[in-house]
Amino acid sequence: MQPTPQDVILETRDLNMRFGGLLAVSDFSAVFPRGSITGLIGPNGAGKTTCFNMITGFYKPTSGQVVFHGEEVQGRPPHALCRAGIARTFQNIRLFNNETVLENVMIGRHLRQKTNWLQTLVFTPASRREEKEIRARCMELLDVVGLADLAGEKAASLPYGAQRRLEIARALATEPSFLLLDEPAAGMNPQESEDLMGFVRTIREAFGLTILLIEHDMKVVMGVCEHLWVLDYGQTIASGPPEAIRSDPKVITAYLGEEQPHA
Amino acid sequence: MNLATFIQNILNSLTLGSLYALVAIGYTMVYGILRLINFAHSEIFMLGAYFVFWGITLVHLPWPVAMVLAILVTASLGVLVDQVAYRPLRDAPRISALISSIGVSFFLQNVAIVFFQAIPREVYRPQWLEDPILFHGVRVLPLTLFVPLLSLVLMLLLIYIVYRTKTGLGMRAISKDIETSYLMGVPVNRVIAITFGIGSALAAASGIMWALRYPQLQPIMGTIPGFKAFIAAVFGGIGSIQGAVIGGLTLGFIEIMTVAFFPDLAGYRDAFAFVLLILVLMVKPTGLLGERPEDKV
Amino acid sequence: MRRGRTILLNVLAIGILGLLLSLAEAYCNGYQTQILNLIAINIILALSLNLIYGFTGLFSLGHAGFMAIGAYVCSILIMTPDQKDMLFLLQPAYDWVQNAQAPFFAAVLAGGAVAAIFGAIVGIPLLRLGDDYLGIATLGFAEIIRVVANNIPRLTNGALGFKGIPAYADLWWNFGWALVTLYVIVRLLQSNTGNVLKAIRDNEIAAKAMGVDVFRYKLLSFTVGSFFAGIGGALLASLLTTIDPKMFLFTLTFNVLMIVVAGGLGSLTGSVLAGIGITVLLEWLRVVENPVNLLGFSLPGIPGMRMVVFSLALIVIILFRREGLMGMRELTWRSLAGVFSREKA
Repeated sequence: MQPTPQDVILETRDLNMRFGGLLAVSDFSAVFPRGSITGLIGPNGAGKTTCFNMITGFYKPTSGQVVFHGEEVQGRPPHALCRAGIARTFQNIRLFNNETVLENVMIGRHLRQKTNWLQTLVFTPASRREEKEIRARCMELLDVVGLADLAGEKAASLPYGAQRRLEIARALATEPSFLLLDEPAAGMNPQESEDLMGFVRTIREAFGLTILLIEHDMKVVMGVCEHLWVLDYGQTIASGPPEAIRSDPKVITAYLGEEQPHA
Repeated sequence: MNLATFIQNILNSLTLGSLYALVAIGYTMVYGILRLINFAHSEIFMLGAYFVFWGITLVHLPWPVAMVLAILVTASLGVLVDQVAYRPLRDAPRISALISSIGVSFFLQNVAIVFFQAIPREVYRPQWLEDPILFHGVRVLPLTLFVPLLSLVLMLLLIYIVYRTKTGLGMRAISKDIETSYLMGVPVNRVIAITFGIGSALAAASGIMWALRYPQLQPIMGTIPGFKAFIAAVFGGIGSIQGAVIGGLTLGFIEIMTVAFFPDLAGYRDAFAFVLLILVLMVKPTGLLGERPEDKV
Repeated sequence: MRRGRTILLNVLAIGILGLLLSLAEAYCNGYQTQILNLIAINIILALSLNLIYGFTGLFSLGHAGFMAIGAYVCSILIMTPDQKDMLFLLQPAYDWVQNAQAPFFAAVLAGGAVAAIFGAIVGIPLLRLGDDYLGIATLGFAEIIRVVANNIPRLTNGALGFKGIPAYADLWWNFGWALVTLYVIVRLLQSNTGNVLKAIRDNEIAAKAMGVDVFRYKLLSFTVGSFFAGIGGALLASLLTTIDPKMFLFTLTFNVLMIVVAGGLGSLTGSVLAGIGITVLLEWLRVVENPVNLLGFSLPGIPGMRMVVFSLALIVIILFRREGLMGMRELTWRSLAGVFSREKA
């Protein structure tokens, strides 16, 4: 089924990223239908995170467009894109380590806050009400990711898996419509990865998200993604549903290397 | 302005510029390797000058001997400062070493005040540097020839060390990537110590010549030249030795020539460098020849 | 701990402070009062630098510059036109300098406001710089302020500076402003905006991804910090009654930095405690610089010894206890209660 334009939440058109002489990503064109879970896969150094950085505004694409909700948004700063509804997590976890678990989520919420700090100086009712609401809403989010009991702990003190979930809760607090997860299953054991798949589906339903994830764990990729894009050396070498990708000879070659011809 | 004054101004600019450049090299080498602004460097500059005049007035050493000895002592002091105040902080946040260097700077300056008193001291200059040479009607102070020439010799020596010796190779390797250098068997701590030694030796040489040029010694004499030399290093592109030399000379020319052409601005002389710094940082934070450090996401 | 009880305890603490101040006013001699006043001003300065550096991660070495601005603005406003007539010997003051006058409170506020405006103006270009570059650039700003103060005699009376500034800054004003500073900064840091500032310090990239306009919040923190640095400078001018450009050397910033590092970067109560401790230490160290009579031998004073000890202390702190007195922790009523109940048990 070909998605109609209003079904597409985000689209990239011929995105190129050049670092000096290196073309890290070339002509990346992809469509992400509303409510889909898409995977971006490929060997190390294929340019996956670079794509993430272009979509989320951390890199300004050398050329090409990112169209979000029908609007060209490439080159806007990350905070503006986050405000527009694009949230992400990081491959190497980036939490606010000296802050508590709850504060980490509240920082994500700040962007939707209406009162400012000057009002808290004089304890205006609106600001007190809003801070209370934020706290309550963030506790709910922590509940969703199963961290409500640890709300008062320092983020740095959490175990690895919990840190990944906190990063997701924090991203959800910004009220995104498009969520990018960079290797969410990295460092997880098989049971945790299994749980993660269910969790990704749950948050999609609960928050009406469209999700794009980078992942190396093929079990997770095949289990949760509805569509895959495969990158190798910055080129898009394949795209399609997981079953088709699994048997695509180009993908197999990219992962396993060129088969040596028998002498 | 007639031609003779103009030539004198050029020589003055070259003199001041090469003094800045020698100090700037020390800043740039240390920053290139450790990403540390070594605030204590300006005190090394000052102590180098004091040591020479100690050697001459107290021990009655002949001039060249005193100078070489003072440079060696100052170089060892630079190494010592690194070992005591910076080395334990290699794994700490970068700013810790910076604060430590501010502490060392104040410490050395005030030790100098305790030992030498805060009052400025007159410096005795050997006669052969004093008698002006008459050259086609232009009076030239031998010092304004001596300083740029000696600086040039020292810089050539440095470039030989950095680009033609194994230690120099180590320095360049560490400035690219300190962790990989460890793994590749570069004797990192020894190379860093040598870097501090060389940087301090150059600063001492500059301090001594500074004291000859502006014949006065005082414990705070290093502060302002130190800042300016650091700015020269930033201007040229921190981490780059050539950049430090270009930056130092540029700053020397700007200062002397602005005051020569616009005497009204003489009072603002010490602010030129800082204005230049802020402009450079706004327009091209990596300086003329600096490389942009990767901002990894 | 309940919110009501915290407020009660805070009010109680302010009451006790007020009581102590009236006792001090009645019984302390001039020298002791001076030290108390310096404590209050140093606390203001340390809190403001801690907001900028300890909580937002902006390594600023420009505090002396903002203090100078506050000091000059306030002094010009509280000196009478007659006084200024006598003072500006080299060249007469500009008319607007000559005629400007304001009551003390407004003058201090104006000092803070002008410092804040300068903070915003220099912050816009400089705050895009990374940590140590920012440090050296703000240091450059402070030096420029000093050089300018030296060179505009019709505004600042040049190198001679001001003498006979009215001494309005008594214990009540200084500690009052210290309380205001503490209150504003605590409220700012406890609000969600405070969380955002700390987020920028901890991980700037993640903060951007969370929709934080990093630059805007850096500017906010820097401006608020400059404001209180200006307030501190204004009070200092009225306390010391003389100012000149030489007073605002880098040493002044160094002293404030020392308090902040010793108290703990990112701890307000640490800054308060270190503000008290270091002010007392600095005064006590004056002893080593004055001639002393020891058992009939008179030892000459050693100039410079005070800063030798002081800078050595900073190096020792950085080498052996980098997190300072408090680290990032705060002394709260709750933690105090914890200490006492443990002692009882």
